[in-house]
Formats: sequence, C-alpha cells, structure tokens
Amino acid sequence: MNENTEIDKNKDKPAQTHKIGIYLWIWGLLFVLSFFSYMVDWYQFQGILRWSLILFFMFLKAGLIMAFFMHLFWERYTLVNVLLWPMTAIACFVGLMVAEAKYTFFSRLIYFVLGG
Amino acid sequence: MSDSSLDNLPKGWKSVPNDLGSDQTAFKGVQWGKAMMWIFLLSDTFIFSCFLISYMKGRASTVVDWPNTSHVFSLDFMGVPVPLLLIAIMTFVLITSSGTMALAVKYGYEKNRKMCAHLILATAIGGLIFVGMQAFEWSKLIHEGVRPWSNPFGASQFGSFFFMITGFHGTHVSIGVIFLFIFARKVYRGDFDTGRRGFFTTMKSDYVSIEILGLYWHFVDLVWVFIFAFFYLW
Repeated sequence: MNENTEIDKNKDKPAQTHKIGIYLWIWGLLFVLSFFSYMVDWYQFQGILRWSLILFFMFLKAGLIMAFFMHLFWERYTLVNVLLWPMTAIACFVGLMVAEAKYTFFSRLIYFVLGG
Repeated sequence: MSDSSLDNLPKGWKSVPNDLGSDQTAFKGVQWGKAMMWIFLLSDTFIFSCFLISYMKGRASTVVDWPNTSHVFSLDFMGVPVPLLLIAIMTFVLITSSGTMALAVKYGYEKNRKMCAHLILATAIGGLIFVGMQAFEWSKLIHEGVRPWSNPFGASQFGSFFFMITGFHGTHVSIGVIFLFIFARKVYRGDFDTGRRGFFTTMKSDYVSIEILGLYWHFVDLVWVFIFAFFYLW
C-alpha cells in the first residue's frame, strides 16, 4: 500500500504531542544556563576558563533549543543528518579563518608596529 | 511530530538508507513546508556563520585593543553601572518568547485554538519588546559616538561588526514579529480548524504552519545564543 495515502488518512487525527513538562523543563534549563553564562561576565572570569565556560553554556543552550524546542530529537535521522553534517563545513571555515587571522595579525605587527 | 504510519519503518541509523533509497519522499513524516523551512534555516545558518566568522577574523587580526564589551554595554541601574544588563534582559526576553512559542506549537497540534493564539500573541509581544530594547541600545551607542568606521572605545572594526550582526538579527526578529501577528490573527479566526485558504496561496491552512513558524522563531533565538556568547561575552 502506498505510504503517502496512509499518511493522508492519519491527517485528521490529532498529532501525537509531547507532555507540557518537557517544554517547561527545557525552558527552565535555558533560563538557568543563560544566568550562568551571564555570571561568567559578572565575576569577570578571564582566559581559558572564560572561553571554555562561554562555549560550554552556548553549545548546551543551542543543543537544548534544537533538540526539544525545534523537535529535532523526535525527527527521523535523515532530516537530522541533512541539517547537522553541513556544520562541519562551517567548522572547517572557522579553522581556515583562524589561520588567516594569525597570518594577518603577525603581518600587521611586523609592518605597522615594527615598521618592516 | 511523530506519525503513526511511520511506526513500521526502520528506526535509527537504518532509517537513513531506507528513507533516502525509498524512491519516495526522503523526509518521511515531514510536511513539505516544514522541510523547506529547515532548508531555509540551514542556508540562514551559513549567512550568520559568515558574519560571525568575519567578526572573529576581524577581531583576531587587529593590533588595536578590542573594546571591552562589558564596559561598552553596561547600563546605569540606580546610579550603579551594571555590566551587560540590557543584553541579559534581552536574552531572557527572547528565551521567554521561545518558550511561549514552543507551547503554542503544542497547543496548536492539540487543536486548542484559544491557548495557541494567546501564546503566539505573547511570543509576538516578547519579540516586540526585544526589538524595542535593541533600538534603545543602538541609539545609545550611536549617541556615544559608535560608528561603522570608528568608535571611542577601541578597534575601529567594532562598530561595523556590531551594526551588521545585531542589525541582521534584529531584522530577522522584526520579520518574525510581523508573521507572528499575522498567524495569531489566523488562529484566533479559526483558519486552522476550518481549513480556510490563505491570502497568498490556494492551500488549506493547517496547524503544521504553527510548527513551521515556531522553527523560524526558535532559530532566531538560537542565533542570539551564538551572538550573545561570541559578541557580548567573549
């Protein structure tokens, strides 16, 4: 039997939804995590500690939003893969531009500050 | 949303070759509009990534000190300068509106028309407050002499990255607010229960639209998470 007609048949039934508790939990967690990332600035953490804490809270928040608010946790793997693999291209781009930025920075030091 | 007709199909990693090789819809159980919104958001991710990467490159390659953001974005509260106060409030407002949107999607699928509409309206108001505070922040910084080509706090690239990144994000929020108001009206009117045809389309309305709208709104919140981390906190 054709799958698409089967999907159409189910259309009038209310779709299965998730319990409200999940959303409230994620909502609360996002508030707490945002508070923590604000505290990173409040207590003026510096250096590696500051950067790693910022990234940790950022990725945790982004993951929670995508997984539960955007329902990716419940989607089939094909969609999840199509959406997440392109992020490796962005990571490569970041790596390239870090190298480029270092090159520019040292060139500027040599020519602007030391005067060539 | 899960669909009962998908229960017989393979789950997990086995589902990927199955779904892609089925000679049918690859994204099973995903309405086409929702798939298109995801593809759009993926392309938007690349645009915002380009902005943030160029910001990283600009900031990492300047020999002049970068402005201290917790000082630049501090706000006087009862005579005491509080670092990043406005930005923190904006973050909490946006997360709140994201939460109300998630609940609106849930109540939409449960065909709870009133709750869905109220929550979309609450989301729109949250977005409006966010844009208002951003306008305040922009005018404050412009008043203090921040320009795209120079500023009194440090490296001159700061202004152009600030206006470009927050401006592009603010535009996304503003467009989202407009659509939230339009969809709040549609839900209040019962378009999604009667299957009324849209103004620009001959297709019947369906509560899936609320989830698609929600995807866009959560994405706006998602981008703010990255801007907050990289631009304001770093």
